[in-house]
Amino acid sequence: MVTELNIKEVPQKQLGINPKKFILWLFMVSIVMVFAALTSGFIVRQAEGNWLIYELPSQLWVSTVILLISSLTAHWALKAAQNNNSLQTKLGLWVTLGLGLVFLSTQFWVWEILVQHNVYLVGNPGGSFLYVLMGVHGFHLISGLIYIIIMLAKSYRANKVSDIQFQLSLSTTYWHFLDGLWIYLYVFLIIYH
Amino acid sequence: MSTAHLDNFTDEMEHDDHDHHEQSFISKYIFSQDHKVIAKQFLISGIIWAIIGGLLSVIFRLQLGFPDMDMAWLRPLLGQWINIDAATGLGKLDTEFYLALVTMHGTIMVFFVLTAGLSGTFSNFLIPLQIGARDMASGFMNMLSYWFFFASSMIMFASFFISTGPASGSWVIYPPLSALPQSMSGAGLGMTLWLVAMALFIVSTLLGGINYIATIINLRTDGMSFTKLPLTIWAFFLTAIIGLLSFPVLLSAALLLILDRSFGTSFYLSEIYIGGEALPNMGGSPILFQHLFWFLGHPEVYIVLLPSLGITSEIISTNSRKPIFGYKAMIGSMMAIAILSFVVWAHHMFVSGMNPFAGSIFMLLTLIIAVPSAIKAFNYITTLWKGNIIFTPAMMFSIGLVSFFISGGVTGIFLGNAALDIQLHDTYFVTAHFHLVMGSAAFFGMIAGVYHWFPKMFGRMMDRKLGYIHFWTSFIGIYLIFFPMHYIGIAGFPRRYYSFTNFDAFSTFTDLNAFISVAAIATFVAQLIFVFNFFYSIFKGKRATQNPWDSTTLEWTTPIEPGHGNWPGPIPKVYRWPYDYSKPGAKEDFIMQTVPYAQTPESNLPHEQELAGLEGKDDNAIKVD
Ligand code: HEM
Ligand SMILES: [Cu+2]
Repeated sequence: MVTELNIKEVPQKQLGINPKKFILWLFMVSIVMVFAALTSGFIVRQAEGNWLIYELPSQLWVSTVILLISSLTAHWALKAAQNNNSLQTKLGLWVTLGLGLVFLSTQFWVWEILVQHNVYLVGNPGGSFLYVLMGVHGFHLISGLIYIIIMLAKSYRANKVSDIQFQLSLSTTYWHFLDGLWIYLYVFLIIYH
Repeated sequence: MSTAHLDNFTDEMEHDDHDHHEQSFISKYIFSQDHKVIAKQFLISGIIWAIIGGLLSVIFRLQLGFPDMDMAWLRPLLGQWINIDAATGLGKLDTEFYLALVTMHGTIMVFFVLTAGLSGTFSNFLIPLQIGARDMASGFMNMLSYWFFFASSMIMFASFFISTGPASGSWVIYPPLSALPQSMSGAGLGMTLWLVAMALFIVSTLLGGINYIATIINLRTDGMSFTKLPLTIWAFFLTAIIGLLSFPVLLSAALLLILDRSFGTSFYLSEIYIGGEALPNMGGSPILFQHLFWFLGHPEVYIVLLPSLGITSEIISTNSRKPIFGYKAMIGSMMAIAILSFVVWAHHMFVSGMNPFAGSIFMLLTLIIAVPSAIKAFNYITTLWKGNIIFTPAMMFSIGLVSFFISGGVTGIFLGNAALDIQLHDTYFVTAHFHLVMGSAAFFGMIAGVYHWFPKMFGRMMDRKLGYIHFWTSFIGIYLIFFPMHYIGIAGFPRRYYSFTNFDAFSTFTDLNAFISVAAIATFVAQLIFVFNFFYSIFKGKRATQNPWDSTTLEWTTPIEPGHGNWPGPIPKVYRWPYDYSKPGAKEDFIMQTVPYAQTPESNLPHEQELAGLEGKDDNAIKVD
């Protein structure tokens, strides 16, 4: 049977953003929940009293600024890739990688300073929480560094860097996220330590 | 890059002259990235775990029902866990191993069977098929999800074979018991393995869940708007969101526990004496763990239940030959449940010494969650009401779910009262409550789903008669097991006790306990009917037709045994919601989602007639047969 149909009834295309990008966002949501749990645990535990009070090492400023700059360089690399500037892309990635490593060493340095001030991982949870927050963030930052290394490798293999700009936009988003996460933790620590 | 890949894939599928390259056995059945194969892997792993978990419960029920029994005959299986009493020569279950049995039973059933086995199977299988997608957003992540689950399973299973035994601090692993290896033998290596296995499990759940969400949001076929999604998909969607928000919290809780166990921190430990000696740990709070655990733990019970509720919505509507009653109300109540499930966790902690004011807030919130739950129950009943009911085994199990959901939900309202809970907490009343509302209901939903979608999974039908026998034995058996537990609980029997014979007050319940144990063993044996039916039908079942239940959703438009990519031709487009059953005026008692309104002028409602454009005139007419 053949019927005349009206074209009016066309099923709508369903909106959707790129699934890979979406997956990255969901992944970041799960990381946010990890830290939401740790920081709210921090608050709940602190409210019970018997809490070690100490100065936050001022060196944390240094690491924070370093990480902020690395976000800028990551952004620069992405912009360069969009303009198909291979040299700047690679340079931007190398600098970001370097700053990331400097950030991690600064964090480690802060741990040494904490130890000098008798704040240990083992002991009053007031101190332990600081190590855990910094440590778990550092762990995720390492994953971000690995991601950048992968992108570096890709940038050397690609014929045109503009070919990898989508993947680069994902890794950059993740890097900005790790940066923002640290800012959150730092502000949190300033307020609640 | 990835989009390009997906698009190529779609294009390739749409020119169906393109032949698919042969896949090797390994990439087809083992490290497969096809959502249907991964679903079957989850299902079969889930069934194996369910048998193991069930066997564990049989062993501890023997102990509870027949405390004087000689268990020496279990030695070949349990070895050193059966102690031979020197005086009497009787074999006795090791007391600490009893706790390990209870712990592993809970862990296996809640996480491995009713989370991975249930969501893993049906989300994977149905999401692409019902929304009209070729596969999941990321087949690779999906495969990883299964193999993380597999690794987790292996580690959990291995913990049965170590000399100190598996974890024994119950499925909620409260510290200090779980934090101090010296507290009991199961708190040693067994607990470590438990934590490692659960960490892998959480990774698996997150990989899976992220994929489900991304797929549902991004890969729906043309016309499949959110208000045309089958309720199954809505349920899987919300389940995945709950999991995404709550499992990372368990990961954090576990991380702190690992630090306490292995690195000497004191997050959960304070002022503890063991054998008269003080431990160095100071300043920790075991209550903190309870908060973190139950922030996952309560949402987890809905992670277990919601997929089953979705599955049943679909089955009940199909087999009542009626649209689901209150489609939007169903979605609304699932959303309400999802949101509320994050704000009621402390009802598990009423007696932990929390602030009574906080207790009353949580009591209020807990009682509110009964409202959307009740709406769902009413909607099931009203869908059934005056329906043209076809009692397939799947339908029987779905109705069974509704029954358990109601009878278990009612006791939830008792427990939600902070004052009543002082008496009822940690008694068999709680055991009865959650075994009905969560254990049995979710289990019935899963079984119903297997009976219903078996033809789509394996191209064959399961045996009906065996299905009915399985249903009646399970349904009656479950009530015989759990109904009496309410009385035992009200009388004050605590959960997780090895033996009650030392307390005179409880001796009146000896017979009842024996009765429960007999019922439990019989019900367990009845499950073997299902296992037989399942494996037998995979190979020898009657061949299925394309749409055996006259259902409306997209999966029934695929070939009987859908290949890689699901539809050989283009993906069908969707024109209507999934519940057009017994529409007045329609030729048949169901209209598939793929049928445009223009083809059904006889049954269209006025606004649908307008949608179809059958009123106006237009030059751009196209031809369709
Ligand atoms: C009407 C809604 C419900 C209310 C008001 C409610 C209330 C409660 C309360 C207050 C407890 C704690 C009892 C105690 O430990 O003393 C509890 C335990 C429990 N509930 Fe519910 N519940 C409801 C529905 C559900 C549903 C739908 C599920 C699962 C799908 C569920 C699963 C559980 C589990 C697993 C436990 C025990 C956990 C354990 O201690 O091992 N409940 N419920
Ligand atoms: Cu709860």
